[in-house]
Formats: sequence, structure tokens, C-alpha cells
Amino acid sequence: MRRLTLIALPYLWLLALFLVPFLIVVKISLSDVALARPPYFPQFDLSAGWSGIRDFFSELDFENFVFLTTDDLYWRAYLSSLRIAFLSTVFTLAIGFPMAYAMASASREWRPTLMMLVILPFWTSFLIRVYSWMGILSNNGLLNSFLLWLGVIDQPLQIMNTEIAVYIGIVYTYLPFMILPVYSTLEKLDGSLLEAAEDLGCTRTSAFWRVTVPLSKPGIIAGCFLVFIPALGEFVIPSLLGGSQTLMIGKVLWEEFFNNRDWPVASAVAVVLLAILIIPIILFQRNEQKQREADQ
Amino acid sequence: MRRMSGFNLVSLTLGLAFLYLPMLILVIYSFNASKLVTVWAGFSTKWYGELLRNEAFLDAALVTLRVAVISSTIATVLGTMAAFMLVRLGRFAGRTLFSGMIYAPLVMPDVITGLSLLLLFIGLSVDRGIFTIVLAHTTFCMCYVSVVVSSRLGSFDISLEEAARDLGCSSWQAFRLVTLPIIAPAVISGWLLAFTLSLDDLVISSFAAGPSSTTLPMKIFSAVRLGVSPEINALSTIMIGIVAFGVVIFSIMSKRATVRQQQEERDAFHS
Repeated sequence: MRRLTLIALPYLWLLALFLVPFLIVVKISLSDVALARPPYFPQFDLSAGWSGIRDFFSELDFENFVFLTTDDLYWRAYLSSLRIAFLSTVFTLAIGFPMAYAMASASREWRPTLMMLVILPFWTSFLIRVYSWMGILSNNGLLNSFLLWLGVIDQPLQIMNTEIAVYIGIVYTYLPFMILPVYSTLEKLDGSLLEAAEDLGCTRTSAFWRVTVPLSKPGIIAGCFLVFIPALGEFVIPSLLGGSQTLMIGKVLWEEFFNNRDWPVASAVAVVLLAILIIPIILFQRNEQKQREADQ
Repeated sequence: MRRMSGFNLVSLTLGLAFLYLPMLILVIYSFNASKLVTVWAGFSTKWYGELLRNEAFLDAALVTLRVAVISSTIATVLGTMAAFMLVRLGRFAGRTLFSGMIYAPLVMPDVITGLSLLLLFIGLSVDRGIFTIVLAHTTFCMCYVSVVVSSRLGSFDISLEEAARDLGCSSWQAFRLVTLPIIAPAVISGWLLAFTLSLDDLVISSFAAGPSSTTLPMKIFSAVRLGVSPEINALSTIMIGIVAFGVVIFSIMSKRATVRQQQEERDAFHS
């Protein structure tokens, strides 16, 4: 009996507030826009009995998905989201790996402090961390005034409201997600392996590439997914730093829903976004599974 | 101990500067008398005063705190139960579906989670407000809590609980007196994580909130969208200050706890 309540409560909660809502999204993505409230068609009408259900299913179609392929706005949005997420992941790795490496080679009494310093920004508001860049990057912001003062440039650079600002924002906010998994694999790395490599004639650089990097691969993979997956569906960063030119699919979905009030198309956008994400998500879970097994 | 090489030192210093400089600038400019970011017009706390007079921000802050306390508490209870299901119950009907539903929200983009919840609320014609934001936050927060708690439960030695049962505890007593104290650190950090996630959430709240309920991130977002405003600098500084204070207190407390534990272990060993 107690076992049943233990199972039932979280199970029903997630069914009702995670799975069912998602099925509704799928259903609405197959519906048509209507000028009514709610603004889509067909409605589920149980009172009409079996024929009502049959009519309901016969009204569903893939029209919205076809629409997504015909308007090149959506194509461009998906592709540029993929590009931005991919490149930001590369940049985050390029900055995060050396930091994680330095943390792992720091002395034992320093490590908890460094770890704390990396985690601390994660506890401060995401929105505020994105916002903090607005004053730096804008045309009359601090970066431009600094460069002008140095005399490096004689005209303010347009960084704000471009893709560059989005890259900076993503790298900045997701950096801890890259550092922590990489650090945890590097910290476990057995130093004697490197000494062995050097005894066997490796230089320090080649020992780094042939021993350290391959052994830290699980952490690098985990870090890359932890940055790539949320970056793909990002909404806040492109809308604050990217301006109107930067196309990202999270922003398109938001605008489709709140500004155009086209719920069926917004739902279709969501379904396709999730379909794109399923592959990296599955790969990520495999990698986690493998690492858990290796740890045991 | 190995000495830090020059390259390591440089990359660490630059990296940490990159992480902290933007926030530091925000804090400094919150005391700027001028409205412009680039112009320093002297030290002033006028933006703090203006912030405190702005009732819309105060109301939103209260809503956010209330939502965060309620939803992280419910999420901790549900998430701990879910962790028990995943770690203890072994195979049961629908286990795969359940673990899928626990892990999926962690990686699902906020826009999709928000959209789907909004469509549910509209479908059931639920009035949107604080209640629906709490439902939404509890749902994604419980998944994080269950991940945190289940990792602790996984390393928990079940024979301790069995010993308590052998000594006459009921299963509830065994849970309360043995299991709960041992997993308490994970439960507390699960709650803290849920609390921060709830405080921080913008996208899901925007979908789940009704016209009458606004959370602080929603308020900040709409203010910031119109441009940089010094009041937000003051607000950000206050929030950064609270977090820094909390973290310092927490780390002092956990350091003391470790020292005390080591002391007790030493005492137990010597006696």
C-alpha cells in the first residue's frame, strides 16, 4: 500500500504535468489555425462519441510541418541555431579546458576554492549575467569606450545585436557547465601515467595529447553536450544580446506564439526542435551511462 | 605539490576575470550617479532608493520568493520520493517511462516545457497565476532534486536500514531515524538547487503566469529589453550580494561540520 502511494504520487505528477502537456503540443501541431478561442481546430469532442473521435483524427494533418519547410525563415532559424550552438560549444571548450586543466594541476588546498569560484556564478541569476554584458558590448558601452580610448579603433564596433554578442553570452553563461565535468575527469587522472609516458620518450606536449586528452574524453563529451543542448533552444541570450538580426529557433517559437498567436505553427516548431535534440540527448545519456559503469 | 606553470596561471586568471569582471562592473556602476553606463558622475546610492520606491519590483520579488519557497519544498518531497523509486524499487511496470520523464525535463528546452504547460492550462481552462507557476516550477525542479538525491541514495548502505528494522523500527521509523539523516545533505542541496532554479526561471514562468502575476525575472526582462537601466544595476547588485553572503555562510557552516565530524571520528577512535 505504502509502496503504491510512493509510486503513484511522483508518477502521476509527471504524467499530468510533463507527458500529457507534451502530447497536447504534438496534437496541436497537427491542428489548423482558427480565428476563435482557442485559436486552433479541431477540438476534441467526447460528447459526439465514436464518430466524434474519428472526425477528430481525420481532421489532423501535417500541414504545419509542410508550412515549416516552405517558409525559409524556419530553415534559416534551425540552421543558425545549430551553427550558433555548435560554435559556442567549441569556444566554451577552448576557454574551459585550459581552466579545468589549471584547476586540476593546482595544489590540493587550492582546489575547493577554485571550484567554488567556478560554481559561484551559476548560483547568481542567469538573466543578470546576460544583462551584465549589455552595458559592456553596446555601441557606447565600456568595451567600445575602452578601445576608443586606447586608440585601437576610431569608430565604435557594432558588437551588440550581432551574432558575436550571442556567442559571448552563451560562452559566458555556460562556461561552468564545461569546466566542471572536464575538471572532474582531469582530477581523477593518475599522474603516474604521464610520468610513464615521459619515461617512454614522450615530450610533455605529446604526453598531453596522447594521454591526458584521450583520458579526459568522457568529461569533454559531457561538457560539450551540457553546453550544446541548452544553447540550441536558447531564448534569453539571443533576445537580449542578438537583436533582431540573430535568428534562433527558441526566439522564433516565442514570437510565433506570443506575437503571431499561431499556436499550431508554434507547436510544430517545438516538435521539430525536439526531434533535432533527440539525437544529442540520446548520445549524452549513453555517454553518462558509460561513465557511470566505468566509475563502478 | 606541483607548482603552477605559467600557462596554467595565466589561463586561470584570465578565465576567472572573464567570469567575474562583468558582474563586478555591474556592481560598480550601480553606484554611479549618471544614467549612462560610460559616464562616471560620482558615487551615489540614488538608484537603490529609486528601486526601493518601485512597488512593482517589490511585488514581483515577493511573488518570486513565495513561488520559490512553495515549489522547491513540494519538489523536494516529490523528487526524494522519485529518487527512492528509481534507486530502491527495482523493476516495476512503467519504470522506463518514469525514468524518461525524470530525465527529459532536465534537457528539454524551456520554451517547449513552457509552451506545453501553457497549452495544458488553457485546455483545462485553469486560471493562470501564482498557482500555475508553482505547478510548473515544481515539475521541473523535482527532476533536479531526484537526480541529486538518487546519487546519494545509490551509495547508501541499505544494511543500516535493515539493522534498524531488525532492532524493532517500523519502516517509517527506520526511514526517519536512519535513512533521512544520512541523505539529508543531498536533500538540502536538492532544495537549494530547486530554490535557485525557481528564483531564476524566466521562460517557463512567462508561459505559466497569468496577466496578474509577474515574477522578478519577468519584470527584469521587460525592463532590460527597453535598454540598460540603472535601477536594474542596483537590483542585480543586491541579488549578487545575497548570493555571495549565502554562499559564504554555507561554506563556513559546511567547513565547521567537516571539522566537527573529523573531531568526533578522532574522539571515537581514541576512546
